[in-house]
Amino acid sequence: MRPPAANRPYRLPPPLFDARCRACWLAAGVLLLVVASFASLDMHWVDFLSVAALASMGRLLGEFAPPELSAGFVRSVVVAAWETLAMSALGTLLAAAAGVLLALPASRLHDHDRAPGRAPARLLLNALRAVPELVWAALLLIAAGLGPFAGTLALAVHTTGVLGRLFSEAIENAAPGPAAALRTQGCGTARVFLYATLPQVLPQLMSYSLYRWENNIRAAAVLGVVGAGGLGQMLSFHMGLFQMHKTATVLLAMLLLVALVDGASFAWRGWLTR
Amino acid sequence: MSTAFVARRQPVQRDPAWPGRLGWLLAAVVLLWPLLVTTEFKPWVLLDPQAVRVTGHFIASFVPPAHSLEFLSLVARETWRTVAIATAGITLGLLLAVPLTLVATRALSMSALTGQMASLPLALRRAVRMLLIGLRSVPELVWALVFVRVVGLGPAAGVLAIALTYGGMLGKVYAEILESGDAQVTQTLLRNGASRLQAFAYGLLPQNAAELTSYTVYRWECAIRSSVVLGFVGAGGLGQLMDGSLKMFAGGEVLTMLIVFVGLVALADRLSAALRRALG
Repeated sequence: MRPPAANRPYRLPPPLFDARCRACWLAAGVLLLVVASFASLDMHWVDFLSVAALASMGRLLGEFAPPELSAGFVRSVVVAAWETLAMSALGTLLAAAAGVLLALPASRLHDHDRAPGRAPARLLLNALRAVPELVWAALLLIAAGLGPFAGTLALAVHTTGVLGRLFSEAIENAAPGPAAALRTQGCGTARVFLYATLPQVLPQLMSYSLYRWENNIRAAAVLGVVGAGGLGQMLSFHMGLFQMHKTATVLLAMLLLVALVDGASFAWRGWLTR
Repeated sequence: MSTAFVARRQPVQRDPAWPGRLGWLLAAVVLLWPLLVTTEFKPWVLLDPQAVRVTGHFIASFVPPAHSLEFLSLVARETWRTVAIATAGITLGLLLAVPLTLVATRALSMSALTGQMASLPLALRRAVRMLLIGLRSVPELVWALVFVRVVGLGPAAGVLAIALTYGGMLGKVYAEILESGDAQVTQTLLRNGASRLQAFAYGLLPQNAAELTSYTVYRWECAIRSSVVLGFVGAGGLGQLMDGSLKMFAGGEVLTMLIVFVGLVALADRLSAALRRALG
């Protein structure tokens, strides 16, 4: 028998496609999906990559400058920005409260908990989460009328789905010791949750809620497009009338607001997880 | 047996910290008041007889969901369109994000191999990162509103809007992922004369491929949700169909679309979870 080679024998790289290679099938599937997507959309590439289209795009962007900065208009933009901020904050707060209420039936609190409400509560949370804020807003406008109230409710409903699911995972992953200690002493479920589980998971819940607030300020800024108040309503109004200078001011306010909330939430979360 | 054991003192049953908790709660309500006023938070509006009648009619019209063959085939076509807009948008976004990521990644810096990164590359990397953050912070709906003005109603506006927003998002996070790992392999390759692209392909990419792919798949799932929303401003797909049905108060059609929608998102969720698990 020959002694083993000092260097490993040189092997050719595997063939590019192999019927047993899962990643190859995956890549082929993705490629197929992409090609089918582009093929089925009537994109009219020529229309918007032509010189004329690019020129009209440039003209449109040029019309934005300079932003309208008259005192009266800036004041109304500030009011709308405050409305957007209030919508996002209140929506997130309501969602955090509702999320905790729904997360309780949706989580298995201890090993012997049969949790009969777990499956239906999770189904509800998933359904709330699957429908985007804008669609909820369009639906709720019928019940709540035009204005920021419908937008706040829409944000709250969608975010409840997101937060409820995250909260229930946080509650299920909390260390079981303190809760078990209280339970063996004969405390009821509500007390066990309030004095053992909640203090443990509270920083995590707050950090999730702050993170969602960042998302919600973006969402609240555009909800107005369907008539739910705030900056979005001004945006679609002025853009609809082709008042590009005013649109530019609204867009700037939107960017500023988003950056502000991002910064505040980042600092707050850093302080929480310090 | 002594009585001391039998008459053990009951522990305090009341929350010793309740005055403080009550105080914080009251302070929160006071802080909350301006928010409630600003958002015109009047839940009793929902119980107004007029509103209840309109809402009741609308909800009653939900049943039965629209199920004519013609409508279902229309919904199927628009659902595919929604997925296609999201996929095409993400693909174009990748074309934008990958080159910018390569420019922005600090791990591929030559000058940083010998101490401090030189000032010109540093400025370039900062500028590219600012560009990515800027692209990301304009909501896709705003991009779509702008593009609808330029290229007209249709899927092109939606695709471009998703491409720009998600290009910024993907580029920023890709750069963060690439920089978070161990840079030693890449630096060794660079020190031994590999070009930046070679160092990326043989050093950074194999280390981070799983994470990059899983983030991309997750964003694809988000793009499907966005593409429905973009339909509301005229980019086509399920959103546009739903906007039409809502305006005509066609409850049955709305319910069918909501069901399709929840199903689509659940499917994308499942698919992306399975893919991410497979990639490990």
